[in-house]
Amino acid sequence: MAAIYSLYIINKSGGLIFYKDYGLQGRMDTNDTLRLASLWHSMHAISQQLSPVSGCTGIELLEADTFDLHCFQSLTGTKFFVVSEPGTQHMDNLLKHIYELYTDYVLKNPFYEMEMPIRCELFDINLAQAIQKDRVAYLGR
Amino acid sequence: MQFFGSSEISPSIPVPTASGNNGHMIYIFNRNGVCLLYREWNRPLRTLDSNQDHKLMFGLLFSLKSLTAKMDPSSAEKGNLGVPQLPGQGCSFHSFRTNTYKLSFMESPSGIKIILVTHPKSSDLRESLKYIYNLYVEYVVKNPLYTPGTPIKSDLFNTTLDQYVRGLG
Repeated sequence: MAAIYSLYIINKSGGLIFYKDYGLQGRMDTNDTLRLASLWHSMHAISQQLSPVSGCTGIELLEADTFDLHCFQSLTGTKFFVVSEPGTQHMDNLLKHIYELYTDYVLKNPFYEMEMPIRCELFDINLAQAIQKDRVAYLGR
Repeated sequence: MQFFGSSEISPSIPVPTASGNNGHMIYIFNRNGVCLLYREWNRPLRTLDSNQDHKLMFGLLFSLKSLTAKMDPSSAEKGNLGVPQLPGQGCSFHSFRTNTYKLSFMESPSGIKIILVTHPKSSDLRESLKYIYNLYVEYVVKNPLYTPGTPIKSDLFNTTLDQYVRGLG
């Protein structure tokens, strides 16, 4: 059983720029992932409007019946979110690490165009390693 | 209580354990999206008028439910994104947390939605929501003068609810 089911990265206008599936159910339909990403983008924005106190930055953790969704928003509005098993800890660290990988291997790639889908080999390799490390840490507990 | 057998039936007030006043507000919606009850205890920020606010809240819950139903990693066949789900059908959610608040959500089999907004550090409030549902059943549903689907105007329910939420840790 994997600790992480899937990873999404969405740009500041709600477009899906990266999606990776680690679950057992197989890859979701591409159109569905795009829809889910933009739906999440708007739900994130609405949750800020409904805050009873000022300074809300949107949903960080959504606890569903069969999964947890951890979301991290960078200062520039790019959102990273992972779908994980319920009760998985330390996902914020993993998300910050993925953000670091994104800044190092995507943003510093001279051929990468901002806000466009991510196709960077080094990012894929390092991401796979990070997820693998996280999974080992999870299983080792 | 048939649906939530584990929780207490009698609406006697539990002794408040902590003196924390963590509750921000509560919403109760019926299955048609009518806001039956809205109470607030601590809400400094108001971005919309109340009617718009209720609509936005109901819309957020509706969309989040269709999002979780579609994202559910435990089943392969989930239908299309946004197909209407009956209460209890598909994967739902019980809470979400932002940096400023935590929203706990419960839906009864009859489609009554109870939403409690509290401090982000609040613990799991699923049992509390079931308790509030029981209060609703005892004080509202069993009230012969209450017409289903209309806003709740029961002082007894309101005071009991206020007292209960104030006692939440």
